[in-house]
Amino acid sequence: MKPLLRVAVLVAVASLAVAGCSTQAATIGGSARTADPAGPTPSTGPTGTITVLAAASLQRTFTTLGERYEQTHPGTTVQFSFAGSSDLVTQVRNGAPADVVATADEATIRKLSAGDLADGWPQDFATNTLEIAVAPGNPLRIHDLRDLTARDVQLVTCAAPVPCGAATAAVERAAGVDLHPVSEEQSVTDVLGKVESGQADAGLVYVTDVRGAAGRVDGVRFAAAAKVVNTYPIAVLHDAADPALAASFAAYVRSDAGRRVLTDAGFGTPAR
Amino acid sequence: MTAQDGGPTTGRDQRQRRRRTTRPRLPVPWWLPVPAALGGLFVVVPVLAMVGRVDWGSFVALVTSPASTTALGLSLGTAAATTGIAFVLGYPLAVLFSRSTARWVGVLRALVLLPLVLPPVVGGLALLAAFGRLGLLGAFLDEHGLRIAFTTTAVVMAQVFVSMPFLVSSVEGALRVGGDRYERVAATLGAGPTRTFLTVTTPRVLPGIVSGLVLCGARALGEFGATLTFAGSLQGVTRTLPLEVYLQREVDPDTAVALALVLVVVAVVVIGVTSLRTRAVVA
Repeated sequence: MKPLLRVAVLVAVASLAVAGCSTQAATIGGSARTADPAGPTPSTGPTGTITVLAAASLQRTFTTLGERYEQTHPGTTVQFSFAGSSDLVTQVRNGAPADVVATADEATIRKLSAGDLADGWPQDFATNTLEIAVAPGNPLRIHDLRDLTARDVQLVTCAAPVPCGAATAAVERAAGVDLHPVSEEQSVTDVLGKVESGQADAGLVYVTDVRGAAGRVDGVRFAAAAKVVNTYPIAVLHDAADPALAASFAAYVRSDAGRRVLTDAGFGTPAR
Repeated sequence: MTAQDGGPTTGRDQRQRRRRTTRPRLPVPWWLPVPAALGGLFVVVPVLAMVGRVDWGSFVALVTSPASTTALGLSLGTAAATTGIAFVLGYPLAVLFSRSTARWVGVLRALVLLPLVLPPVVGGLALLAAFGRLGLLGAFLDEHGLRIAFTTTAVVMAQVFVSMPFLVSSVEGALRVGGDRYERVAATLGAGPTRTFLTVTTPRVLPGIVSGLVLCGARALGEFGATLTFAGSLQGVTRTLPLEVYLQREVDPDTAVALALVLVVVAVVVIGVTSLRTRAVVA
């Protein structure tokens, strides 16, 4: 029993030491990576691969933008990772190997320190507003925010801590309406899903979500929505492996060609 | 040795007596502790690292906020209800599974244990398909004014779905290990099936039942995916502690970590208390 215990303790100490070493190795690898970018950049315009972290609500538009960018910039590959804006910010803070980040509101990207982002970023590239999503044909005849307070309407919204929930709270204040949702979801896609599946009668989602649902839900515009505009910022990360390529893609998103894709999906254009 | 033969004894007495009577320890291969220690560390280190992140200065304030206590209360209540329901429904299932040799029972068994390997979010989708407003049974229930979605009932249903298989497989294992000779003896002595079940089978597999209940309760306490998909998330109604942790993580990682620690402590207490009880029962 005793020698066995000694072996176990030895092993525990040894593996802790190993764990310590590997942490160091990772840090070294990380700093080597940031020193790297000057090397492989060719003079004829950026080529190579970049990784873009983007808000879940940008999934369709950014996938299209990535394909168009690759077509017009031969030799480039754009990889995406889509998640909730807060998750993206957490990933960047924890050193995720990424080059560009685009979030669904300004408050979220502000959680990144100046040291996380390259100089001159973030910059706004799109706006979005809320709309009421209802079952196709609007069977409950919902025409305004006030209609959502009726007792037999099962309303679903985003929870206050996530960007779409903050927008929902602002809209409630602007319209002077007190909503009582049956569920406060963690993401706008969860809200849309509950309306699409018929679990809920109505949900507050972005205009772009309704358009993206392609007929599975109908959108109902309401007056107060225009008073609460969400602005989407994009930024090149300080640790981008290839800052030139990263800046080139971010500029493409903000170019006229990029704007067109975004506008087609229902996004608005931010004031310059 | 049973608990009865020594009169009233404490757990410590029993353990000491047991230690004296145990046979010499069977030697293990010399290399075995290496992977064992790595395995242990892999689980322990992240938990300790999380504890290290806790902001103790504001811990009490974070944990006792109304949102936190409501979520904790809801979690404990639903997990307790789930464990009770899983016992009433799952124990008979386990008995049937362990007694039957029919092939279709084998198939049924595989289906019932499916949630063990299914991602919980898929379980949530399955529950929606059955009990959602437009679901197989849900549409019928809705017509009769019974709405399950977005209620605490939905939370318990999601938890039962994912955690009952733990109880079933644990109890079934205990039933198979012991064989059925005591039951057969009881039958020859004239005891009916119900009496044999209650006075022979149940006491015999009690440790298996207890550990099954613990596993089931712990799994229910941690349930997240199926709840989020099927029940939604509303403070005091459907937002259990894991959902609150996930939500708080968005804005306030300190609160999320503090709540996560509460969840860990509750789980450790549940497992600790019941494993002591189990030992007392086994001894």
